Amino acid sequence: MGRIKQQQQSHQRVFTRRVAILGGLKFGLVGALASRLYYLQVIEGEKYKLLSDENRINHRILFPPRGLILDRFGIPLATNSPSYRAILVAEQTPNLQATLEAFSAIVPLSERDIARTLRQRQRTQDFKPITVKDDLTWEEVNAVELNLPDLPGISIEIDQKRVYPFGGITAHILGYVALPNEKDVENDPDPLLRQPGFRIGKNGLERHYDAALRGGAGESQLEVNSYGRALRELARREGDAGSDLVTTLDIGLHQFAHQRLSSEMAGAAAVMDVYTGDLLALVSTPSFDPTAFYRGLTNDEWHELSNDIYGPLTNKAVAGQYAPGSTFKMMTALAALRAGIRPTDRVYCSGVTVLGSARFHCWRREGHGSVDMTNALKLSCDCYFYEIARRIGIDQIAETARMFGLGNIEGLDLPGEKPGLIPDRAWKKGALGDIWHQGETLVAGIGQGFITTTPLQLCVMTARIANGGYAVKPRLVRRIAEESPNDEGNPIFPSLGLSQEYLKVLRTGMDMVSNTERGTAFRSRIDIPGMELAGKTGTSQVRRITMAERARGVLKNEQLPWNQRDHALFVAFAPVHAPRYACSVVVEHGGGGSAVAAPIARDILIECQRRDPSRRNPNAEGGRREMP
Amino acid sequence: MGIELHSVGSPPGLRLSQRIRQIPWSLVILVAMVASIGFVMLYSAAGGDPDRWMNKQMIRFAVGICVMLAIGMVDLQRLAKIAYPLYAVALVLLIYVEFAGEIGMGAQRWIDLKVFQLQPSELMKISLCLVLARYFHGLSYEEIGRPWVLIPPTLLVILPAGLVLKQPDLGTAGMLLMVGGAIFFVAGVRWWKFAIVFALGIVGAVVAWNSGFLHDYQKARVLTFLDPSRDALGSGYHITQSKIALGSGGVWGKGLLQGSQAQLNFLPERHTDFVFTMLGEELGMVGGLLVLTLYSLLVVYGVAIALRTRSHFGRLLAFGIAMNIFFYFFINTAMVMGLIPVVGIPLPLISYGGTAMMTVMVGFGLLMAVYIQRDHRVGRRSSNEE
Repeated sequence: MGRIKQQQQSHQRVFTRRVAILGGLKFGLVGALASRLYYLQVIEGEKYKLLSDENRINHRILFPPRGLILDRFGIPLATNSPSYRAILVAEQTPNLQATLEAFSAIVPLSERDIARTLRQRQRTQDFKPITVKDDLTWEEVNAVELNLPDLPGISIEIDQKRVYPFGGITAHILGYVALPNEKDVENDPDPLLRQPGFRIGKNGLERHYDAALRGGAGESQLEVNSYGRALRELARREGDAGSDLVTTLDIGLHQFAHQRLSSEMAGAAAVMDVYTGDLLALVSTPSFDPTAFYRGLTNDEWHELSNDIYGPLTNKAVAGQYAPGSTFKMMTALAALRAGIRPTDRVYCSGVTVLGSARFHCWRREGHGSVDMTNALKLSCDCYFYEIARRIGIDQIAETARMFGLGNIEGLDLPGEKPGLIPDRAWKKGALGDIWHQGETLVAGIGQGFITTTPLQLCVMTARIANGGYAVKPRLVRRIAEESPNDEGNPIFPSLGLSQEYLKVLRTGMDMVSNTERGTAFRSRIDIPGMELAGKTGTSQVRRITMAERARGVLKNEQLPWNQRDHALFVAFAPVHAPRYACSVVVEHGGGGSAVAAPIARDILIECQRRDPSRRNPNAEGGRREMP
Repeated sequence: MGIELHSVGSPPGLRLSQRIRQIPWSLVILVAMVASIGFVMLYSAAGGDPDRWMNKQMIRFAVGICVMLAIGMVDLQRLAKIAYPLYAVALVLLIYVEFAGEIGMGAQRWIDLKVFQLQPSELMKISLCLVLARYFHGLSYEEIGRPWVLIPPTLLVILPAGLVLKQPDLGTAGMLLMVGGAIFFVAGVRWWKFAIVFALGIVGAVVAWNSGFLHDYQKARVLTFLDPSRDALGSGYHITQSKIALGSGGVWGKGLLQGSQAQLNFLPERHTDFVFTMLGEELGMVGGLLVLTLYSLLVVYGVAIALRTRSHFGRLLAFGIAMNIFFYFFINTAMVMGLIPVVGIPLPLISYGGTAMMTVMVGFGLLMAVYIQRDHRVGRRSSNEE
């Protein structure tokens, strides 16, 4: 008994001691748990609170409405309109295939639409919407809404899409919006660009003023669960709407000019207020459909557009560089006046000017006889200008031409503007590494040879002649609505410092071109009193006429393939005695300036003056601005 | 003293009425408190829907209380008698599920008995305590010093632990080993033997890691535990989200039904293994400490019973049960707090599910039985004593 008792006691002692050891260990472990809890929930608590909010809250970017683009009278040229999209949430339909078939009975779906929808379904979570069909018509929306009970999972969503009411007519100026490419995204930190479906300005004014038009992103904070399903909106901040852009265009005139010019294969025209520089019309034909770029071009479409010989993608008004031909003669004449040649000085035109061994022909084989400066302009006598160009030299001609905006970028708000080329000795030495030949001066004197200008530049040149020698600059945008809501002011331009007498000689010559018999554009005069125009024709060769051909007889334009025919040009201002509008027209390979370009310019200027607000309502637009 | 005890102890057993009078109601209340916290959490986990989990859990708990009280009435001598047969049954079932068990959570774990699902590994947790208590009860302190005497109980532990690890259930296997080891320790096995086993264990772990005995997902869990960012959306996701949920709860918590991590589904298994995380998020550190305190009290209760008990069998059994409860809640809470790898051990009484609850309720029943018969002798050899 004693042994057992003793054994039991020692057993119990060991047990008690060891239980105590393990008990201490357990207290230590529970203490570790408690400290861990303290560490996570108190010391690191704030950090984890942030992380849990990050989990819980999904920030969604809201698209701001893009600013409108308006013409000078407030007519919208680019707007946003609701676009209806049928979407499908897979988890809400018991049978996807059946729903699509039912939908197809109301709004026909192509095989491709169905295949795309099913493909999207594979990649999308059950509760996320997939697009079944884009851009439904209002009738289709109504039909779908009516049948919604039979279309489980389908609903209609409203998006904004960019709409150009005038389509291709304004495409060259407005450009278009399209999805940003990788480079756009790289260069712009705006989160909007990272949103699927967001479009940015890719050309024209849409691109140049993209920042103002775009506005600022809004944000919606959504509470989401771990699958990303939105449960409720916690906060919402609407984006800042883009600013509206008021352009200088008179869309009615612009549209008229576009249609008028479309009678030819390809061309450009510009109409500008000679005092303010406002471009009322800036046309380039043929054009393209900007909505095709909105949805994205297929490869074939892109190929076709970019290889079209009529160049629909080029804005020829600012990027088309043509030899100005005889429209340049005002510059040669003005350079001569500045060099001291009197307008009454006469030159005898026999039909050909001989310089060394080279012969320079007048367009009229028989010659014009003895002509002074104004008559030389009126008849567009080449020999007269060969002679005065020879006397004053190329550098003086170039200097005068540059004063009138030729050979320079005008700094318009459009991408792709080209400078043209006004050559001189220095240029030839630098660019071609050759000395200037006198024969080249003669050719330059009639606007041929190296010289190229854009239709916009010719318009600016004409405006500066018409407004009394002020360095008017063209502009396309009057104001950005949000930035300067009350700024209707017109810019003030410095004088070029030329004698009014000289400019009067040019204007008289141009007057005679149109308004006196035998003037090269007499047939395209305006005989409405008070609206008469003064102009200058131009026909610029694009090929070289050889001696042999001249001997056989020069081929008529009609006998040549289109792209070898002459360009037809015409510049004009009106009304002749109180100039307000300048206009230039270039018809690519159109033939003769007087036959093809002048009638178009005449029609445009008649329409322009008819639309003049001071004629329609004298109080509509702060009256005419007088230049001293 | 001892002689008197023997005389009090026989004839064995008290009458039923005497036992009922002895029921430790404080233990029952403590258990009910923990379970009630569980009900509240399951109500919140279902987003305020009592039918989803809470009601079923209450029914289970009601059954569990009955089981606990019933087992509390059983004679210790009888428990000692059935220790070996029960262990044998549990071991056979473990072998059976190895070949024919239902697969759940990627592991073979249970037998579908139609009425309920039986997890032999849970049954083994109880039987192991019983069988080790029974074995060491029959040995004197001197006998325990003999090495070969330790071979049978070592096998008693290693066999089921190995089978469970094969299922594969790392957490339960670990629990069996640790509970077994703790019973060896308090039974008086010499210190240096533990040192040897510990050294062998480390070698074994290295071998197991390299020999392919561990499943890839088990290895992944260990690696992910060491570096959660290794697999932030896969295995590391659980732990990362769990820590975010706990940490964002702060001192006072976000309030019931307000835990964004749990309610919005960022927290996986919020009603089962990660229920403590949800509690920490919604009730804060205060709630977490309350639960840890209640569990610690339950363990202290069990250890106190062990220390108060005269029979060696009762002492070892009570201590084994207390260790089981300790490891249950320690492994679960340490796991969700990112202190140990995710091993898939639920938090008993609070996690949704009947199996773990039944195990601890049976355990509490055994504790109660030991407590009621704390002053009674248990025969050394069940055949020739009494």
